[in-house]
Amino acid sequence: MCGGGRISSRLPTADDSNGAHVTTHAVSTKPAKRVVAVDRFLTFIRIFLVTMIVIGLLAFIWQQIDADNVFARWRNPGARGLTGDQFKGLLISGLSQGSMYGLIALGYSMVYGVLGFINFAHGEVFMVGAMTGFIASDKFAANGLWESNFLLCLALIMLMAIFFSTFTAILMERVAYRALRNSPRLIPLITSIGVSFFIQNLVLGLFGPATKSYPRLPEWLADQRSILTFEIAGTRILVLVVAAASMTGLWYIVERTKTGKAMRAVAEDKEIASLMGIDVNRTIVTTFAVGGAMAGVGGILWGLMFRSVTHMTGFLPGVKAFTAAVVGGIGNLGGAMAGGISLGSAESLAPLLILEPLGVPGVSQLKDAVAFTVLVLVLLFKPTGLFGERLSAEDRA
Amino acid sequence: MSTMTATMPSSALDQDWRRVLRWGLICGGVLIALCLVGMPVELDRRELIERYLSLGYVSVLMIPILIGRIAATQVVLEGVESRKQGLYDLVTGLAVGILGGVSLSLLIVALDSWDLRDPLVNWSPKLFRFLTYENGIGFGLMAWIVTCGLLGMMGAASHVVPAMLRRVSGIVVLSLLGISVLEGAIEDLSEGFGLEWLTDLLYAKKGGLTLTSAILAGAAIAFVAVLTSGRVKALTTSYREKEGADRQKASIILFVVVAVLVIVLPIFLGKIMNELLANVGLFLLLALGLNIVVGLAGLLDLGYVAFFAVGGYTTAVLTSPNSPFFAPEMHFGFALIFVVIFAIVVGLVIGAPVIRMRGDYLAIVTLGFGEIIRLLFLSDWLGPYFGGAQGITNIPGVDLGFATVKGTDPRSVFYLVLFFCAIAIYVSWRLQASRLGRSWMAIREDEQVAETMGINTVNSKLMAFVVGAVMAAFSGAVLAAKVGSIFPTSFMILISIIILVVVIVGGMGNIAGVMVGSFVLIGVLGGPKQPGLLQEFQNFKLLIYGMLLVFMMLKRPEGLVPSARRSRELHQDEFLQDAWLKGDKPGTDDDDGETVGDDGGEEE
Repeated sequence: MCGGGRISSRLPTADDSNGAHVTTHAVSTKPAKRVVAVDRFLTFIRIFLVTMIVIGLLAFIWQQIDADNVFARWRNPGARGLTGDQFKGLLISGLSQGSMYGLIALGYSMVYGVLGFINFAHGEVFMVGAMTGFIASDKFAANGLWESNFLLCLALIMLMAIFFSTFTAILMERVAYRALRNSPRLIPLITSIGVSFFIQNLVLGLFGPATKSYPRLPEWLADQRSILTFEIAGTRILVLVVAAASMTGLWYIVERTKTGKAMRAVAEDKEIASLMGIDVNRTIVTTFAVGGAMAGVGGILWGLMFRSVTHMTGFLPGVKAFTAAVVGGIGNLGGAMAGGISLGSAESLAPLLILEPLGVPGVSQLKDAVAFTVLVLVLLFKPTGLFGERLSAEDRA
Repeated sequence: MSTMTATMPSSALDQDWRRVLRWGLICGGVLIALCLVGMPVELDRRELIERYLSLGYVSVLMIPILIGRIAATQVVLEGVESRKQGLYDLVTGLAVGILGGVSLSLLIVALDSWDLRDPLVNWSPKLFRFLTYENGIGFGLMAWIVTCGLLGMMGAASHVVPAMLRRVSGIVVLSLLGISVLEGAIEDLSEGFGLEWLTDLLYAKKGGLTLTSAILAGAAIAFVAVLTSGRVKALTTSYREKEGADRQKASIILFVVVAVLVIVLPIFLGKIMNELLANVGLFLLLALGLNIVVGLAGLLDLGYVAFFAVGGYTTAVLTSPNSPFFAPEMHFGFALIFVVIFAIVVGLVIGAPVIRMRGDYLAIVTLGFGEIIRLLFLSDWLGPYFGGAQGITNIPGVDLGFATVKGTDPRSVFYLVLFFCAIAIYVSWRLQASRLGRSWMAIREDEQVAETMGINTVNSKLMAFVVGAVMAAFSGAVLAAKVGSIFPTSFMILISIIILVVVIVGGMGNIAGVMVGSFVLIGVLGGPKQPGLLQEFQNFKLLIYGMLLVFMMLKRPEGLVPSARRSRELHQDEFLQDAWLKGDKPGTDDDDGETVGDDGGEEE
């Protein structure tokens, strides 16, 4: 999965092994790398974090084997451990949530690969998808169509969400980002923060601050099913299947079609791509459109799973999806999906597997903190992501 | 868009219709979005000219003028002879305005025939009444098409009329708008000076100017504008051109005037205005710190609110008797020492891991830290120490011996904030020119070159983080003393973003710019929870902040009051191109492009 779709498949060059964060050192001609206090401090942080994780995990494992063990009860005397079913449940919920992060992360990753900046407003594209899904499904539910012909409704709201998300993504490229294509790299990032803020508050103004609830799903979908000893709610199966299908579709577009080839070429080098007769503008728009469509699908899935959406829905999933993209290696599409799934699982498992054995109370509140810690960990240990980033040389700097 | 032609149109109707259609649709889209967001209806409650004009109508009527003006702007290409603007552009503006009006009319018809109130919360009879002036649908349709068309034409006409007329009418309209919108502030100020009779004369009882006073004030302003025309500009240029001792003298005079004004003014102001000034000061302090991190060192720190929180919580824990775990009930002054220490520590801890990251990764990771800190304060884990969602309450004011600074006395809070701001301004100003400040700017411009020149980039960047952190922590400390209680929700990421907007709109890397930015944005629109002068904008200010951020980045990334160096950086291409064009002009000496370029431009 991770070896497949990638925005640019360049050959490795000499500076690849250095990673991005040490480019300054690669350039300067110092005989030996100076070890400054900051480096010592960073080493300390690395060791500290890893030790904590290892202790937590060990305590958890001990606790599973023998709940009365001294080590297991050291920090958390009341520990009960997890049953197998609980563990499976957490894993499944992590996977399904992670696959949504993955779908959003694709948009971040593709735009970063092609234009070299973080489209901070991509989370808002996702929110627009979820919001569209709510409005449409609410109307369908009022008609009774939602009950009588759920699959048709699902297809329709999916299409509408894809349409509006894509539209939003294209519009923001045209209005905000196109003029900034050659400006210093922080400028488009700041612009995208503005765009994100604007869309959030526009949606707030248009549809009001109330939390919107999706209509109830039909029983046959929401029921628990038993597959391979896993008890899975039908909704989660749907999420996993749709995510896998979208990912395959995307992989096909990027790897097997001419448009995809153009995208990879533009990611590699815009100037040379345009010399080769590729319409760079159009390719960039396509990239935004495809990313927007994926976010739209993600939005609907989010709506079906959590059944609620507000104007702030896009913010946290957006930042986490970016984290997923970095975890998988930015610019690397398979990596984005894999990163999303790992992040989702980490988020649902780590609080109970690592934090609770360490004696931290109320661990479920720290879910979001876990996601950001994962980001920091990855950037500390492997800034190019787990599966390697795919960027053109100039974006790397 | 780039095909705005050099070929001359043969008649006024020989328009580039696609362009007109596009701008017309944009105008219509903006108008409809504005109405559906609910801005006009909400602002309609505020009368500007009694019974004739409300802020709501102004917010709608402004759009065709602005878009008409933009649509009629001629793209002037260097070296291509430009067309004289006239009737042709008026037609463009008219058509754009009419299209906008038609869109509004369609909205009226739609409002009349369907009920979409379910998803669109502002789809209400109120909006319908607003759009039809309560005069029936037919009247509404005609009125909008005609008014918008005329206003569009007016916007376009601003390119055509003589510069003098444009300037004077612009000044009159803007100052009338200012006088009527800032009614509250002006009344408050005049009460302090004992000039109530003036405001009684000017404003109607229920608020808003009376028609007579509006006309008289307009005439008076026009008279003054004609009289002083050119003098203001001459004054500023003479200030700019002064050098050496003269410049210094002028700067000192300017500084003393501003300082005296800032110190004396609050005495004459009422509670609400002082509260407002205190908020502006708090955010100015934050913005000055962020200006060092983002503006000077070029590190986009989106989790800046973390330091604000550290300052607030440190003060709260150390001074409040209600602190749940450890309550030494220190004096504010002692607590400040610890605030500085903790700010430095947190600045280093957050700074160290991110310092080597790419600029955009740094932004997201700091955003993560900003969010983590809030989540930690909120969680059950640290709850026993920091009070969790209940926060820490009952924080005492600052006891200065002769007076106590408390939230109930905003004037004293303002002076406290002013004290910290003065320190922060002085420190920023001295740092800017120092070795450290210059190394920050070098890093911002090109990190690799800076390192090659022997700058220790890691330490310099960490210093930027630390200095910024200390300023934000001071602001947090003052906030704790002012509000008297601290909750995790006081430190949302939103604050980071608003401060970023303040710094960027004001002018990154420029102290004066940051000051202007906080006065204009926080003072007029308000902070995340604090109301500004335009309280009616409460629900729309975040929308406006977002729009401003995008607009500034697209049109004026160097900010309202740019720092010369920063704008050179941002417009490097244009500077090079200008130099090239000037150097390339025929009839001038090629050898020394710079000196000849200056007078070469005048002759052509």
